[in-house]
Amino acid sequence: MARNIVPRSQSPAPAGGSADLRSFEIPAPAAEGPGVGKRVGLFATCLVDLFRPTVGFAAARLLADAGCSVVVPAAQTCCGQPAWNSGDRRGAKRVARTVIRAFEGFDYVVAPSGSCAGMLRHQYPDLFAGDRKWLPQAAALAARTWELTSFLVDEMGVNTVAAKYDGLCTYHDSCSSLREMKVKDAPRTLLASVEGAGLAELATPEICCGFGGAFCVKYPDISNHMVTDKVRDVVATGADTLLAGDMGCLLNIAGKLSREGQTVRCYHVAEVLAGVAAPPIGEPLPKPEKGQ
Amino acid sequence: MTDAAPLPSARAGILGRIQSRLDARTDRTAREASAKERLADRRANLVPARGQLAPADQVNLFVRMAEEADATVTRVAAATDVPAAVSDWLRQNNRPMNVRRAPDPTLDAYPWAAEALLTVEAGKAESTDETSVTAAHCGVAETGTLMLTSAEDRPTTLNFLPESHIVVLRADQVVGSYEDGWTLLRQTQTVDSGWIMPRTVNFITGPSRSADIEQTLQLGAHGPRQLHIIVVGEAADDDNAEDGENSDNPV
Amino acid sequence: MTSAAQMTPRGFKKQASAALEDVSLQRALGNVRDGFIAKRSKAVAKLPEFDDLRDQAREIKDHVIENLDVYLERFEQNVVMQGGTVHWAADTKAAQEAVLTICRLVGARTVTKGKSMIGEEIHVNPFLEENGIEPVETDLGEYIIQLREEPPSHIIAPAIHVNKEQVADAFLEHHTDLPRDRNLTDNAALLAEARAKLRDRFLEADVGITGANFLIAETGSTVIVTNEGNGDLTQTLPRIHIVLASIEKVVPTLEDASTLFRVLARSATGQEMSVYTTVSTGPRRPGDLDGPEQFHVVLVDNGRSKLIGSDWQDILRCIRCGACLNHCPVYSAVGGHAYGSTYPGPMGKVLTPVIMGIKEAGQLPNASSFCGRCEEVCPMHIPLPKMMRHWREEEFNRGLSPRLGRWALGFWSRAAGMPWLYRLGARMSIAWMSRKARKLGRPFGAGQLPLAGGWTGHRDFPAPQGITFQSAWRKAKREPSRRPLGPGR
Repeated sequence: MARNIVPRSQSPAPAGGSADLRSFEIPAPAAEGPGVGKRVGLFATCLVDLFRPTVGFAAARLLADAGCSVVVPAAQTCCGQPAWNSGDRRGAKRVARTVIRAFEGFDYVVAPSGSCAGMLRHQYPDLFAGDRKWLPQAAALAARTWELTSFLVDEMGVNTVAAKYDGLCTYHDSCSSLREMKVKDAPRTLLASVEGAGLAELATPEICCGFGGAFCVKYPDISNHMVTDKVRDVVATGADTLLAGDMGCLLNIAGKLSREGQTVRCYHVAEVLAGVAAPPIGEPLPKPEKGQ
Repeated sequence: MTDAAPLPSARAGILGRIQSRLDARTDRTAREASAKERLADRRANLVPARGQLAPADQVNLFVRMAEEADATVTRVAAATDVPAAVSDWLRQNNRPMNVRRAPDPTLDAYPWAAEALLTVEAGKAESTDETSVTAAHCGVAETGTLMLTSAEDRPTTLNFLPESHIVVLRADQVVGSYEDGWTLLRQTQTVDSGWIMPRTVNFITGPSRSADIEQTLQLGAHGPRQLHIIVVGEAADDDNAEDGENSDNPV
Repeated sequence: MTSAAQMTPRGFKKQASAALEDVSLQRALGNVRDGFIAKRSKAVAKLPEFDDLRDQAREIKDHVIENLDVYLERFEQNVVMQGGTVHWAADTKAAQEAVLTICRLVGARTVTKGKSMIGEEIHVNPFLEENGIEPVETDLGEYIIQLREEPPSHIIAPAIHVNKEQVADAFLEHHTDLPRDRNLTDNAALLAEARAKLRDRFLEADVGITGANFLIAETGSTVIVTNEGNGDLTQTLPRIHIVLASIEKVVPTLEDASTLFRVLARSATGQEMSVYTTVSTGPRRPGDLDGPEQFHVVLVDNGRSKLIGSDWQDILRCIRCGACLNHCPVYSAVGGHAYGSTYPGPMGKVLTPVIMGIKEAGQLPNASSFCGRCEEVCPMHIPLPKMMRHWREEEFNRGLSPRLGRWALGFWSRAAGMPWLYRLGARMSIAWMSRKARKLGRPFGAGQLPLAGGWTGHRDFPAPQGITFQSAWRKAKREPSRRPLGPGR
């Protein structure tokens, strides 16, 4: 059965009213599917944890629909990228060890982020280079880490989802998905199966949105120039919805769209693929009703 | 260098730094052997498929690529047609009817006198020369590139000073790749001890240009504004193409 | 405003912000985005073997670096055998002195120059001027910026920051012998004027200085790759030819150089082959009608030898094509001058700290979003972001990075290393932020979020959903009967 996500214009209630929040369900694994018998550790990533829990639930649902049993280890925090990209190897190792311990023993580790998955897959082996104790574990984790859409398509062989979305979407490839994880087709393959969703590509899909982690606050003027270009490109597609696979880019682009008064809605691609209903990025969830 | 005099300090310093860093990883004798082998082998790396066509296709590719690089090309049947082709080109392009040609025996042999209206002088280029005529060492099909070499009878200035440059190239001088050009050079530039590298080898692909103002392409920056290539005759037969590989001796 | 010649890597942030406000610069930078990128991708698409050639190009340079001492010695030997001279220069000063000594030998008064980045790196022009010798840049772009008294802003398109009206202004100011009312509105007229002006300079120069794209060990040859033909006039007409080259330019054979030719022009300008690729071997030979009487090669180290075996060794593969600049979103936003260094863009972010030290140049490797496009297009597969990260590490380890950032980072990575503390902090801050957001009724704007000025100065901060994922997940697990769950607490 197709799940439906309602665009803002038709959403039953804007922020403050009662919205369908079944997106906060723990999904049961499908009885059949390529992932049956596979234990997947979901690495939600800190940005999803803090700002967009629905993405975590959406990712869990997509994995469960493929038959995977999804576990969210409580000991997960951040991937350590802020420290690593700031040259703090010791700090980054400290965080990375937490991640390695938290995700021991899973068949797969999946993150709804090219950036964090890229950190685990490609940077951890560098981070622990020469560390005889931790390098083997880091390498083992790297070998079973996947970006969500690529995991579904390239590893699970899932090419379709059962979701509906009424809207014309455009897709922003995060740099780490595109170049570090080589993920380009997977989200598009899955999106093509979403009933009602169209895709209008950006003119310059390879160009960075200007987020870059600490870069956007260390060099705000340059970052602003980049996100301004990106927003111009988004608006020029005529799409009413912007999708991406990384929360960093989404917070950045959504924030700029909002500042410019643009009405383009922003979602993590997993939310649309899983058909979870929530107001778009930037709008707070409605207040819980009393007694809930 | 084997002389016993003390090494100049900068040289010793730089080479010493490099050596000590490399010594940490490899043995100097192993490095010497590895470099020696590569220098002796002069092995071609990957040559693109388009640089390995049959001779007739190579000539066609050469012409197409040269034209894409804004050169102009005329094909004539025989070497004796060259002076007339030069005159025709000058007339068609409203260029003065005088040329400076390389004092190259290849060019000496052409019937220049038959072109009554054409003034031909041989020598190196003067700053007043409008058009030069030179002969090529070969043409490289993969990019429509001319390979010209300097010699007593092939002054380099002819390739750069005049406004227009006309190059004569026999169709059987068209090779597939740059590597073929080097192989040919090693076969032809021979001395008793092996082969000798010409002082200057010019690879020329189209006329001079610059895009330094607003990235807008303009032809004729400092070198010739026009490059015209006269291709003489037909490509060599297919079976000659593979002859003579590695028949050269390194110096 | 700081003039381009006075800019430094330390001032990067300020210089970048000024560049973003510079309307004429921004107009000129549009040409990078529209020109180079499209041309490169078209040229690459036309050569199916391009990626395999890149792999081989990388192998060639790696092999050279692994055997660099032997190849440099062989190169020197062959230069000498062909009648040339090799001068070794450990640093800028030594290189300058080597050039000056050669110029003085022939009593040189004017020197023509082909475009050379190593010449920029060792500041040879101001040095010659101080010593009474006039250097004349002959590459059109270099000539324009020499008139404007500024450094190049791009390694292959030095005047990319200049609009044609500014070129016309420079010509009007300097070519005072020509009528003031002449037509300088179109590019062809500007080019023709520069060509005519420089023609005399070529003919009168005593010394010609060029750079080298490659040095060939097998033959002792030097190679320049150009489009204008100025480099060839520079090295053929004067009595002396000086080649300035850094030590990593050497390649083993003519065959190896040929592989590099195939990736260089396509990556740089998107041409199949540059117009002029010139291989020079020694001085004029007996009987030659032209060519220089003396052939000197100045081999410059300037910090490069120390890169062997270091985290930055791979930058020695760089062939200066400029593809990383052209595809860099930071470069195309701010242009080259803002970097305050000879080499801008990604390769400059790696190489400048080698030349100037990380203390001086620390800003540069930090000013990257690590988008990775530079590495993706680099014909030599140089891992530029990784090497920038190594510079950040060096900076961090030496305590050179800003204190506030270090403190915040230390706090974060400690918390993230202790899951319970992380969860507690996350829950508390998100609850606080969400309350604040609900009160606002809209995303956070400028000044509405403490310590987030860098973000909210230019964009809103989206409101969080009100509960952390981990709390929501555990809550859903604990109370499966009470679905659907609301957020908040």
